Amino acid sequence: MEQYAGPHAGSIDQAPGVGEGEHSDSMAMYTAGLGFALLLTGASFMVSQTNLLWPPGVPAGLAVLAIAQMGVHLVFFLQIGTGPDNTNNVLALAFGLLVVTLVVTGSLWIMAHLNANMMPPPAIMEMQR
Amino acid sequence: MSAQAGAAGLAGAEAATTGGLERAGPAPVRIVVAYGFWLFLLSDIIMFAALFASYAVLSGQTAGGPSGRELFELRHVGIETLCLLFSSYTCGLGVVAIERRRLGLFYVCFALTFALGATFLGLEVSEFVGLVARGAGPSRSAFLSAFFSLVGLHGAHVTAGLLWLTFMVAQTAARGPRDFVRRRLLCFSLFWHALDIIWVALLTLVYLMGAR
Repeated sequence: MEQYAGPHAGSIDQAPGVGEGEHSDSMAMYTAGLGFALLLTGASFMVSQTNLLWPPGVPAGLAVLAIAQMGVHLVFFLQIGTGPDNTNNVLALAFGLLVVTLVVTGSLWIMAHLNANMMPPPAIMEMQR
Repeated sequence: MSAQAGAAGLAGAEAATTGGLERAGPAPVRIVVAYGFWLFLLSDIIMFAALFASYAVLSGQTAGGPSGRELFELRHVGIETLCLLFSSYTCGLGVVAIERRRLGLFYVCFALTFALGATFLGLEVSEFVGLVARGAGPSRSAFLSAFFSLVGLHGAHVTAGLLWLTFMVAQTAARGPRDFVRRRLLCFSLFWHALDIIWVALLTLVYLMGAR
């Protein structure tokens, strides 16, 4: 039987922003994150300013690059990982993302339908007469 | 009694399979505080999502006024992006430095963070002043109202972050790298990184897509 090793030994949780290893690891994490973020930012600017990508696909390309960069920031700067000790942080993030998705896509969807069903302004003026 | 024993046996079996969940005890204050602050940041991101949604709906409604293509200068925005990205990096290094009790490095990193954040804010304010001077203020069109409220709210967060940073450096100087000071510095760094994440979304949706 193992002995009780104090309340914090083998702690199961992890704080966001605190890496799993010793501090030297987190320095390397930040530097790697900076490199990836710089690459992705550069790619975003290049995609938006040149015709490297098929023009109608540019918004989708930019969205992909932005989501990739947000992922890099989460993993390397906020250090939200996939380890078992990170479950609480990841679950909270997943719920936040669910609400954000509902708010954004719901608003866009509803407003697009409202626009489509709206009478053209002259017709409204006619009715108000 | 037997139910209790059964529960204890179950808990023991569970602890054996999950690597000692039962023995862990309450989480340290640092983890609880950082988790609570993470929840706050997520709720802040949800507030931004509402403004992002309104911007996405209204970005075409220029009411005959200027559109993003005429207004945005990408070089300007690129410098802002780099400022914020490098300030996030120096902020992270500052927190590593304070964890290693290297106060000198910490002050250098946080001074750089402040300088880069202030540069970002200065560029943003000069952009806003320039827009208003060209008659493209928030009252010109629905597009510009949404633009100013979204980008302005991010700028207000950066302003609050700079005030917080100044306060935390003063507190570190006064009280030393104690537990509660380092907890607050960790929360500050989470806040600052979250602002950078929001800026990535803002840069893409407002500036890069708007300037095309």
